[in-house]
Amino acid sequence: MIETRRLVKHFGLKPVLRGVDFQVERGEFVALLGPNGAGKTTLLRILASLARPNMGSVRVAGYDLPRQAASVRSMLGVVSHLPLLYGDLTAEENLRFYGRMYGVPHLERRVGEVLELVGLRAQRRELVRAFSRGMQQRLSIGRAILHDPELMLLDEPYTGLDQDAALMLDDLLRQVVTRGRTVVMTSHDLSRAASLAPRIDILSRGVISASVRSAEIDPLQLPTLYHSVTHA
Amino acid sequence: MPEATPAFRPVETIQDTRGVIQRRPRPAYGRAIAAVVWKDLAAELRSRELMGAMLVFALLVILIFNFALDLDVRTRQTVTSGVLWVTFAFAGTLGLNRSMAIEKDRGCLDGLLLSPVDRSALYFGKTLGNLVFMLIVEAIVLPTYSALYNVNLFRPALLVVILLGSIGYAAVGTLLASMAVQARTRDVLLPILLFPVVLPVLVAAIKASNAILQSFEPSEIWPWLNLLIVYDVVFVAVAMMVFDYVVEE
Repeated sequence: MIETRRLVKHFGLKPVLRGVDFQVERGEFVALLGPNGAGKTTLLRILASLARPNMGSVRVAGYDLPRQAASVRSMLGVVSHLPLLYGDLTAEENLRFYGRMYGVPHLERRVGEVLELVGLRAQRRELVRAFSRGMQQRLSIGRAILHDPELMLLDEPYTGLDQDAALMLDDLLRQVVTRGRTVVMTSHDLSRAASLAPRIDILSRGVISASVRSAEIDPLQLPTLYHSVTHA
Repeated sequence: MPEATPAFRPVETIQDTRGVIQRRPRPAYGRAIAAVVWKDLAAELRSRELMGAMLVFALLVILIFNFALDLDVRTRQTVTSGVLWVTFAFAGTLGLNRSMAIEKDRGCLDGLLLSPVDRSALYFGKTLGNLVFMLIVEAIVLPTYSALYNVNLFRPALLVVILLGSIGYAAVGTLLASMAVQARTRDVLLPILLFPVVLPVLVAAIKASNAILQSFEPSEIWPWLNLLIVYDVVFVAVAMMVFDYVVEE
């Protein structure tokens, strides 16, 4: 589903990615861990066709990026640091707008389903600018799944979520995987990453420094591995 | 709860028998443009931030000119086109800045860029939205100006010039605002980028408006009108081609 080769990205003179080789099979759930500034967000932005690499190649679902970006974008569901929502539109209007941009069939029904799923049905006619950070994040997740994407790119999706919302997202991500979708999720929460994702990759100083199967490592050993890789 | 409302279709419906993901149909170009325009108008109808700022600013500029230029009737005729277009240009810049700032503040620009539509559709949607805001402000400014300066501005030819000038201004302005919004100093950067580029549109619009208001011969109006039309076509075409590169990181 995803294949990057020797991916390099720098901002000005500062290198962020220094030759990332990253492969993800279709239906796989990969948690991408790493310290702040490791390049996780930059890697996701390149995969989402929001940024161009300086060197290297990227293929997503068999399409070359950035050349065939429009074909890739229809398959992507992205949750980023920012909610990507309009404060002066209601929850329902935000989803309706994005639904139109993705050509979602039976839009009204789908908007209702998604609002129910993220637990915002009662607040569907409220303006997003009045939402708390957690509610915005719930709606942001709803926006990302609205068009039923084949590949989900989640950049620290648990940020701002309360306990109920975090459990909702846990359920949703398990559902994503059982339905054959592919997920790449960045996180700082090692235990949650280990409990959800069968594969954990650690990005450190612009390269993938380690890749482990969750089933093959004791969850208690994960912090030790993480520290040894990121502080090496 | 998640089981009650399926978020994802079964995998068989997205893959063919070889396991290859089916290419999705993309939303129609025109519908994407309409969605962006609808979104901008709906959000503005709620907040009235953009229109409010543009309108107050435009009316203040007219008032200041009214007191600053204590002129006789004949001189008023000659300065009208200049005062009008200065007002439209400054108010338009305010609106363009705000319109793109709304996209940037909550990361909405990324949301737009992630949409599987040709990015020129996003450009046209934003340009049309900005044009509508400019035209609404102009529709309020014109009668106010007429009343204050005692000048009849409701001439069909003048309205055509205002429309053509506004199209050119919104076309260039939307492109440059999308560029400027990436910078920290976007509020200062936009006018610095915009005015030199949009100068031919403003000069042609001012000259054509002046010729119409002073009842010059059509032969003196047509060259400026032609220039406006040519600039509009060129700016829209260039902006459509380069928008993709301007908005990408």
